[in-house]
Amino acid sequence: MMYDENKVIPIIIIFVVLVTFPLWYNLGKAAPKPDPKIDTPVIQAMPVKQCIEPKAAMKTTHMKILDEWRMEVVRGDYTRQMTTADGRVFEKSLQNGCMKCHSNKTKFCDQCHNYMEVTPFCWDCHNAPKETN
Amino acid sequence: MGINRREFLRIAGIASLWGLGGKTAFEILKPGALEAQTRAPLMKGKKWAMVIDTRKFKSPEDFQRCIEACDKTHNVPKVANIRQEIKWIWKEHYENAFPDDQNQFLPEQMEHKSFLVLCNHCTNPPCVRVCPTQATFKREDGIVMMDYHRCIGCRFCMAGCPYGSRSFNFRDPRRFIKEVTNPDYPTRSKGVVEKCNFCEERLAKGLVPACVEASKGGMIFGDLDNPNSEIRKLLKENYSIRRKPSLGTQPNVYYLV
Repeated sequence: MMYDENKVIPIIIIFVVLVTFPLWYNLGKAAPKPDPKIDTPVIQAMPVKQCIEPKAAMKTTHMKILDEWRMEVVRGDYTRQMTTADGRVFEKSLQNGCMKCHSNKTKFCDQCHNYMEVTPFCWDCHNAPKETN
Repeated sequence: MGINRREFLRIAGIASLWGLGGKTAFEILKPGALEAQTRAPLMKGKKWAMVIDTRKFKSPEDFQRCIEACDKTHNVPKVANIRQEIKWIWKEHYENAFPDDQNQFLPEQMEHKSFLVLCNHCTNPPCVRVCPTQATFKREDGIVMMDYHRCIGCRFCMAGCPYGSRSFNFRDPRRFIKEVTNPDYPTRSKGVVEKCNFCEERLAKGLVPACVEASKGGMIFGDLDNPNSEIRKLLKENYSIRRKPSLGTQPNVYYLV
């Protein structure tokens, strides 16, 4: 026996529907897998498309590399250039280094960062390259 | 109930004696503790300094040229609200630039003259001493540097700086930058303190600071540790003054008057 079942049961149903709304609303439409692009003009023109380290290492440690660079350039030994294992010289800088090749922030950085919902505050200060289209 | 006057004085006396003999008192009064805080940092290699030849600054354009060169190089926001202004290098009247030298009778052209003022990159910088996160620090070459990544916006350094050389971003500076004039140099974010950096990013490329370049000889930049440098010669041949020298901060911006 239950009191006010004509009110309580509809309210429970509405509550359950509202709480599970995100689940069934997004059912079957999974967020698209991030698809970072490296097809910038500078990279296209490179004979060997190789970043400062192999792709796998860059994927997992780029944030650590940037942090180390920042420490060295701003408050370490103030050196602004680094040499890769195969002898190429690069600027230790996000906006004057990385982004000179990877000039497509929205299609390179943001792809994974948005997917993983990480919001690094790099671009609060550093100038993102101008992107056409 | 309670204690009488005699009892109270006795307890108070013993308590203060005990306090004086405590560890803290020894540490505060220990010789060398205060001196250690005021000693000059160890310099290595160069010691950057600037000489401003105020005799060469005549028209307002002479000042404006240098200020604009700096603002453009560092994307300095132009905030209209004077209480939230961002200043790296700016114009100051004699009485505000040199409040220590207020003789009752001064040459008129000096009393009403303006001076370019900027961060003095002091040898003994009070801002560095008060920064709780070491976001601002003294480099070996004498530059008082800001690490904007590390600044928490506590503004102790602004209270510490006797020259008003530091500005706080009360609001997002990008709202006050019409267009980024130098895309190679970052802007700042809301909640950090900023100031002149002696153009360390230009020095790293072997260039002189932007204001020096724009001054057409009114400002001279160089190494104070090199006895043959141009600024050492200028300081040898001319009488120079510095801002608030009595504070002991040892400013590294010299004014020829």
